[in-house]
Amino acid sequence: MRRLGSVLPPVLLLIALLGVWEAYVQLGSVNRLVLPAPHEVAVALWKNAGLLSLNLAPTAEEVGLGIMLALALGFMLGVLIHLSGALRRAVYPLAVGSQAVPVALIAVLLVFWWGFGVLPKLFVIVLICFFPVVVTTVDGLAAVDPEQLKLLRTLDASRWQAFRFAELPAALPAAISGARIALAVGVIGAYIAETSTATSGPYPGLGREIVADINALQTSRAYAAALVLFVFAIACFYTLALAERRLAPWAHRSRGELR
Amino acid sequence: MRVAGVSRAYASGKDAPVQALAEISLHADADELLAVVGPSGCGKTTLLELICGLQAPDTGTIECRPAALMPQRDLLLPWLSALDNAGLALRIAHVTRARARERTAELFAELGLAGFERARPYELSGGMRQRVAFVRTLLSGKSLLCLDEPFGALDAITRAEMHAWLVEALRREPRTVVLVTHDVEEAVVLADRVAVLSPRPGRVVAEVEVGLERPRSRTDPQVVALREQALTALGQGGVL
Repeated sequence: MRRLGSVLPPVLLLIALLGVWEAYVQLGSVNRLVLPAPHEVAVALWKNAGLLSLNLAPTAEEVGLGIMLALALGFMLGVLIHLSGALRRAVYPLAVGSQAVPVALIAVLLVFWWGFGVLPKLFVIVLICFFPVVVTTVDGLAAVDPEQLKLLRTLDASRWQAFRFAELPAALPAAISGARIALAVGVIGAYIAETSTATSGPYPGLGREIVADINALQTSRAYAAALVLFVFAIACFYTLALAERRLAPWAHRSRGELR
Repeated sequence: MRVAGVSRAYASGKDAPVQALAEISLHADADELLAVVGPSGCGKTTLLELICGLQAPDTGTIECRPAALMPQRDLLLPWLSALDNAGLALRIAHVTRARARERTAELFAELGLAGFERARPYELSGGMRQRVAFVRTLLSGKSLLCLDEPFGALDAITRAEMHAWLVEALRREPRTVVLVTHDVEEAVVLADRVAVLSPRPGRVVAEVEVGLERPRSRTDPQVVALREQALTALGQGGVL
């Protein structure tokens, strides 16, 4: 019963939304080339399952690698910013500014450097995703109880040991939380990356596929591809949540406690 | 441990500096338990931080062997088991994990904590967490322990259990202890000597020798009499 209770609300909401969408397309005057009905998207998904899964592979690779790189880079930057006031003043404004860089501006340069492969896409995704990790890591490190650090000092802990025993484990779940936020923008980041840099090969990824389908008036297939991205993003989000629970069970446990 | 004529003031924004301690003098002999009682805000925590070398006094001198602090909140690390939390000082001293666990487990068995080794802090009761925190302080290898209201957050029944446990633990592992508390009864039940501080700025207004056999009962007439004596001294210090 409890399982049913946890699955039922999202399923009901989804059915309701699809129902409204279907009714709007059936009863309204909107052109099917502008907005296909849900059942048409389902048919397109079924017919193009092979093509879409072949296009999901490169996109999944970009997002997976990109998030991991963003997590590693963001965590390291967060730690450096925490440890050094000079670095904080030097790096933080640049990190914030990097979020305002339009990808199209640098896309050509990225292709010039690294060609048509996965590298330019990774760069774009990391650029979009590292920032939330930096912010949550810095906040996680700053939230360590100063009394805790004082206690470690009376136990003769060096700066490095205080970092290792108290600050690093505290920052880990914070960094993963940042990665979960990053993931929400990471999938759309992959779309931006694919559509702004050129790709060689027959299966350039779901982002490219969507643009190609829209241009070819294959709207229902474009929606089917977007649906795959949609489900992929949700799956990634919960995978990271699971990883966080595994890596930092204490953070999960103490959240339920009254403090 | 000898504290002689120590004063300490804090700057507080635009206002005049706050005098926390004024010309305070205290001593504790080897393996003696000195309790320091006083009203809230009389600089008790400051005193312990001075003894532990976390702050420097404005005037006066502090002579003591290296001291370990046990704060009021247990400050156990949530990602470590009870055993690893208790053995933290050993790990900091570069003892291998296996050897640290071995030594900590011996002490756990000796102090009646066997069976709780693998528990995470959030799985332990408040009393158990304080016991683990005390073992962590013991294993710091320092001969002077500074306990800052270690039982202040516990309920009365748990606190009484903790008193008995602490007396037994110190019988097995003798250390010089400076125990800061606002509970006069706790001070008389546990200490060899009780120093009574005045309200801020804290200075010693009385010293009460306890010198009774342990374990002591709260209702023992001698304990009650000494408690009254310490409370009277607190009153003369301008508290009551």
